[in-house]
Amino acid sequence: MPHDHHDHDHDHFHHEGMSPSGHPYRGDNDGPLTYWQRMEIAVRELMLEKGHLTPAEIAAQIETMDARSPANGAAVVARAWIDPAFKARLLANASEASREMGFDIGPLHLIAVENTADTHNLIVCTLCSCYPRNLLGLPPDWYKTRAYRSRAVREPRTVLQEFGLDLPDHVTVRVHDSTADMRYIVLPARPEGTEGMNEAALAKLVTRDSMIGTGLPRSA
Amino acid sequence: MEGHDFALWEKRVDALMVLCGQKGLFTVDGLRRALEDMGEEAFEKYSYYERWIAAVNQNLIEAGVYSIEELAARMDEVAARGESYGEAQSNG
Repeated sequence: MPHDHHDHDHDHFHHEGMSPSGHPYRGDNDGPLTYWQRMEIAVRELMLEKGHLTPAEIAAQIETMDARSPANGAAVVARAWIDPAFKARLLANASEASREMGFDIGPLHLIAVENTADTHNLIVCTLCSCYPRNLLGLPPDWYKTRAYRSRAVREPRTVLQEFGLDLPDHVTVRVHDSTADMRYIVLPARPEGTEGMNEAALAKLVTRDSMIGTGLPRSA
Repeated sequence: MEGHDFALWEKRVDALMVLCGQKGLFTVDGLRRALEDMGEEAFEKYSYYERWIAAVNQNLIEAGVYSIEELAARMDEVAARGESYGEAQSNG
């Protein structure tokens, strides 16, 4: 029978190597239970039992979180590239302008900073991991590392070089340190040669890193 | 999509923080204050969501949502359910 197994130690999982069906085992929450995982389970259960939360609310929040991606931010950037009035509203109040496009920004102050021929913007959260997650999803791992958080402010040009961005000396680099309630998003410059492209096609050029400032949009 | 695929327990911690904020139990400033109170060592020793669940818990206890004794009892109970996160889900 396919589900027979010959593991004599039924209390533990030893998922190494290949399964009997020839597939590699995939990790499935079977690492040792940690102290902090126990705390998460305990806190969540107490919150449910005391009526502060429901399981459906937690599931829906995780689904919302999973659905956020840099495509949201890319749509905002592309709109700003083709619609000067929208761009003006975005630079004046990025929270309101994003809401106008249907993106939930929550209570945060969102500030869009524009890259121009002589200014390049970079965002960081030196303290932890504040990030425009409503428009970009969860931050990439490197954004949260001590190395990025400290070096982005100390030696931004070197950090940018490591991301493949060699900026000429005459370009000013502005580093924006995010806080718990104030987030930044970079409005990258529209690539040359994209005059004939529509909003949807332009959005495909906008990368996550170009909205963090560690990259540039794709070229057309 | 690039980036780390967060474990379920980490996503749940994130969801707990967002929902507690929405329900007015504490604010993101409360989270940050608890994180800063942990001291430098915590930032070397614990992972991002480990610090978050500790900070969420700290705020909820301070808000009187549950007591530290209730938390300790529940954590012991969870530990008795099994040796992996998957096994420890079943409540009752």
